[in-house]
Formats: sequence, C-alpha cells, structure tokens
Amino acid sequence: MNFDYSEEQQLLADSVRRLLQKDYDFEARKKIVASTDGFSPKVWATFAEMGLTALPLSPDYGGFGGGAVDLMGVMEAFGEALVVEPLVPTLLGALLVAKGGSAELKQAILPAVAEGKMKLAFAHTEPGSRYSLSAIRTQANGTKLDGEKSAVLGAPMADKLVVSAQGGGLFLIDRSDATPKAFRTLDGMVAADLAIQSSKAIPLEGGIELMEEVIDFATALACAEAAGAMKFACDTTLEYLKTRKQFGVPIGTFQALQHRIVDLYIAYEQARSMACLACSKMDLSENPADRARAVSAAKIKVADGARQVSQEAVQLHGGMGMSEELKISHTFRRLTVLAQQYGDADHHLERFASL
Amino acid sequence: MDLNYSQEEIAFRDDVRTWLEANLPQDLRQKMADYAHLSKDDLVRWHRILARQGWVAPSWPKEWGGTGWNVVQRYIFEEELGYAGSPPLIPFGLTMCAAVLLQFGSDAQKKRFLPRIYNCDDFWCQGYSEPGSGSDLASLKTKAVREKDGYIVNGQKIWTTLAHYADWIFCLVRTDAGEKRQDGISFLLIDMKTPGITVRPLILMDGAHEVNEVFFDDVKVPLGNLVHQEGKGWTVAKYLLGHERMNTGRVGESKRQLAKLKKFAAPRLQDLRFRDRLSRLEVELMALEITNLRFLDRMRRTGQPPGADVSMLKIKGTEIQQGITELMMQAADPAANDAFSAAIRKRYLSMRKTTIYAGSNEIQRNIIAKMTLGL
Repeated sequence: MNFDYSEEQQLLADSVRRLLQKDYDFEARKKIVASTDGFSPKVWATFAEMGLTALPLSPDYGGFGGGAVDLMGVMEAFGEALVVEPLVPTLLGALLVAKGGSAELKQAILPAVAEGKMKLAFAHTEPGSRYSLSAIRTQANGTKLDGEKSAVLGAPMADKLVVSAQGGGLFLIDRSDATPKAFRTLDGMVAADLAIQSSKAIPLEGGIELMEEVIDFATALACAEAAGAMKFACDTTLEYLKTRKQFGVPIGTFQALQHRIVDLYIAYEQARSMACLACSKMDLSENPADRARAVSAAKIKVADGARQVSQEAVQLHGGMGMSEELKISHTFRRLTVLAQQYGDADHHLERFASL
Repeated sequence: MDLNYSQEEIAFRDDVRTWLEANLPQDLRQKMADYAHLSKDDLVRWHRILARQGWVAPSWPKEWGGTGWNVVQRYIFEEELGYAGSPPLIPFGLTMCAAVLLQFGSDAQKKRFLPRIYNCDDFWCQGYSEPGSGSDLASLKTKAVREKDGYIVNGQKIWTTLAHYADWIFCLVRTDAGEKRQDGISFLLIDMKTPGITVRPLILMDGAHEVNEVFFDDVKVPLGNLVHQEGKGWTVAKYLLGHERMNTGRVGESKRQLAKLKKFAAPRLQDLRFRDRLSRLEVELMALEITNLRFLDRMRRTGQPPGADVSMLKIKGTEIQQGITELMMQAADPAANDAFSAAIRKRYLSMRKTTIYAGSNEIQRNIIAKMTLGL
C-alpha cells in the first residue's frame, strides 16, 4: 500500500505546476481563453516538450508507456490552473488508435502525437445521446461515414478525429472531412458540433469495450482534475474567510462559516481519495467490471463533491464569488462541467449499481 | 501509487481472519448478528479470549503485552475484528487509561494497573462529561481537595458509559479554581468501590442501560492515584485526544453492516430511489476507507500521530454508521413486529449517539477548523 507519487511522477507534477504558475496565471489564462484559437500553441509546445503528449503512449512510438497515475499529478495541476489546452482529447484519440489501430496507422499517428505535432479529438457524443456510448446514429458503410456529432472537445484544433458509429464502430477521419460549428463550453474550452461526411474513414478495432475503457481513463483523469480544482477552491475560500472582515472581525471567526469550510475540505480529501482509487484501478485492474465500478464510484463522489465545493465556495465569497473578476467564478464553471463530463452522478449511480 | 495491501499484509490479514473464524464464540457471534444486548460477562469473555492469544492490546509496548505490529497491521487487525462481527473491546481501560499510564504514569501505577487492564481483571469507565460540561469540557466542576493523605472528591459525572460494570473510573477533576481554568484540572484514578460513589442509570431512547450518572460524595482518593502532576490533567486529556486512533472510522464494522443491509434489503433493490441511496452509502464507505488508508500511509511514512485527521474519519464514519442503520430500518417491513425488526428500529435510535459521543461532530469540525485550517 502506497499513496505516494513516485519520484518521477512528483517531479513531473512539480514542473507542470511551476510552468503554470509562471506562464498560466489567471490573467494569462484569460488572454488565452479570449484568443481566436482558444488555446495557446506556445503552451501546447511546452507541454509536448515536457512529455505530456507522449506520456501514456508506447515507447515503440516515442511515448513513455505511462498510465493514469502518471498523469494524475499533472491533472491536479491542470485543475488548479484551469488549463484549456486539449491534452485529454488528444490523448483519448491517441489511446483509441494505439489500442484499435493497425501497425501502419499507429506509426502514422502516434509519433506525431507524442511530439506534439498532431492533435486529436474523440467524437462520441451526438444530439440526444447524452452519456451513452452506444445510442449512436452515425452510419458507417465500408469507408464511408455519415452523421452528426455534438460538443466534441478540442475538435476545431484537431488534425484527426476518432468517430464512433452505430454498432460500436470506431473510425479515424481527417478533421477536414467534418464541418465544425465551433463554440466555447461553459468553462471556456473549445468544442464543436460536427457534420461528418467522409469517404475515407479508417476503421479501428475495439468497439464499445474499448470506448468504455478509454472513457473510464478520461473519467479517472477528470476526477484528478476536479480534485485539483476543488483544492484551489478550498484554499482560496479559506484565504478569503481569513481576510474578509465584517462586524469588525474576519468572517472566518464565525462558527457557522468554519463548519462549512471544514466540510469543503472533507469533500476535497474524499474526492482526492477517489481519484487515487480510479487512477490506480485504471492502471492495475485487469477486470473491466472491477475497473468500471471503481471509476463510477469515484465519479459519483467527485461529482457530488465538485458541486458542493463550487457552490459553497461562491456562497462564502458573497457577491465577489459571482464576479467574473475572481478566479473562483471560473473554477466554479470548470467544476460544474467536470461534474457532468463523461457522466454525471446519476449516470454513474446507475452504472455502479448495475455492475 | 498502489492501493492494495502487500503480500505480507494480506497474509497477516488472512491469519487474523482465520483465527477469528475459529475463535469467536458462536453465541457471541449470534448476539452481534441479532443486535442483542451484550452482558458484562460477554464483553469480558471476549476480551480474555483475545488476551490469551496475546492480541488484546496491540499498540502497547511489547514489555507490557503489545504485539509489536506496525500501524498498518494494527489497523488491519482492528478492521478485521469489526468485519468479523466480534463484540466491541471496551476502550476505556485498554486504549484510553492504558495510553495515559504508559505516557504519564509512574512505574508503580503501570505495574499495578496495566496487567489487570490487559486481563480485564479491572473493568474501567471514563469520568469526563458533567451536567454543565459537555463540549466545553474544561469548565468541569467536580472538585478534588487535597488533604495530607489524599484527595476528597465531590461532584458529578454524566453519560458515563458502563459505569455500572466498572471497577475503576479515570476522572478529570478540578484541583484548583485559579485564573486559567485548564491549569486547575487533574487526572485521578478512582476505585468505584470507594464509599461515597453512587451510580444511577440513565436510560437512553432505545430503552438500553448503557450510560449513567456517577455521584461523588466525599470520596477519598489516595495521592498515589494522581496521574502525572496536579494541575496537568488537561495535558493528559489533550494527549489522549490526539492519540492514534486510526480505526475511528470503523470501516470494517461498517463494511459488515453494509453487506448485511444489501442482503436484508434485496427485495427493495427494485425501488431505484432506495437503491440509489444504498449505492451512495456504499460509495461514501469506499471514500472513507481510501481516505483512512491515505492517512495511515502518511502516518507510517512520517511517524507523526494523525492529529486532526482523526476528526474527519470520526465525522464521516459516524455519518455512514447512522446512514446504514437508517436504511436498514427503512428496508424492514413497516408492519413487521418480529424480534429482528424491533432490534433494527432500536438500533436506529441507539446509533444517533455516535455523532454526539467522543467529541460531537460539531466539536470535531471545530478541531479541524482550528488545528488544520488555522481559523
């Protein structure tokens, strides 16, 4: 039993955190979000230099053969800083290619991803499909693909897309074969609705089982990211309680507020515990049901905790918590999205109980 | 990061589990399963079975009968006791008074009391709370006046668990009414057979006699029964508060109760509202267990006592215990009037105490606010 990061994992998380403190403070992030592309190519290049785009890929293709725990500290740092660069969408696409693609395809895609030269996205949601991976209408006929996808994170800047189709089909297409209607999500990320018509879709093996596995991987990372965002929300709220004065005293002297911030820290600790569980099960469990159960349990607790922490953090900040000028309102938005991403608490309750 | 126990730890757990399987008497097992009343004899019998095996006081130094297990083994052992459904080990002597004696007691006190605690020759209870001093413990008023050959104690304790079984009570008493109230408190060991002590039952809402009022009327206590120095009782009490209690969350016991609930409530699982509540409780217990293990791992690495972390485990652990008993009651047929259904309802009533005793959950939040968050 060991809950520590390895020395390498800790070094990586620390260097990501240092980079974000230097180049990704609240003001810098605001500029990135407001830019036309909605992400920073310079930051992306630095992430690639640090090995983030290569981390979970096989050494055969220039990767480091890492797992969810290797990315966990990075995701916590991303959650604290509210990073918008499309690392997770790219890694999802890459993992689908790595596990479902031919040797030739892997050679064509993965080294470029590892070097940070190629971005990917996973188009798995459709209008009305909600969190289901199988309620899919996109049609595949040989190498022809025809359908609509919605809210695909990272799609506008992606070079290639992995697209799900009826019957558990998975295909890789060029981004140029999809017509994107780009928009910003509630938390400032770049996403797009896609109209897809491709005549040269490349099929991937793996079907629903592979999609489940990769989405579980993404869910475990989302739990870690949410834990990071919750940590920031707790710390900044605690700081506010210690400095904001009313009735001549810091409001943190009031027991009614003390007990509420204590509950937020408890929610954070529990969320972090569950992120540890989800990430380590992701890496070590060989039983898909066992893995899925741990990930769903984690997402239930993290979704509930994210909601509690974000809502209470804003409430305890008073009017300032509502203001765009404070980072906490942006953390609120990120936590709101993370609570729903890859399935909200209700979805995962259903899944947890059925396993 | 690897959340699994090591091979050695799993082997240790299996040894404990096998031993419990063979040595937990069937009648006690049944009483626990039925949520039946445990007599003093039941409690003492189980204590002595563990004492004979050498396992009753794992955390004590080896010279006094400790096992020499590390913190993880001790945690596993305690969780296995709960998971097996064994009767509780009453903590007042074994973990509380003993911890105080080991840290602050004189050699004579250790020699006199520790072996008798180990074998449960003396049954102990704890004299902390008073009618006017619950959460605000330092306001206690039970007075001990020093005379030339001892103290004369007058006052009253309340909520004294199992005082009606006890041979001895350890008490916080006021030896000085000076300026700083914490400085006037002392820690005394008092023989319950001393003239002037009266125990009066307090029946709780489940109808059980578990706690008492204890009255002291000119009770003579020898000077040799003072632990540490006069006026240092608050230091002793604080030490006990921060003393390692990594099983405060009672994960093993709750796992057992949850498994029982799942079996008992099987017919209700078609009701999605009920099923979701059960699932949420199960997830809460998973989160508590992992959090508990995280703290334990940190404690093993740093060698630091857990401190305020224990408060979080107490809050979540007791909420889960209550949640399970509440769902158990709701799973029962509301019209059923058999003994087990009645016991389940009584247990729901009884378990409301868990968020109040041993430092109410509000006090636990105060502790975290002050010690961890610096508020």
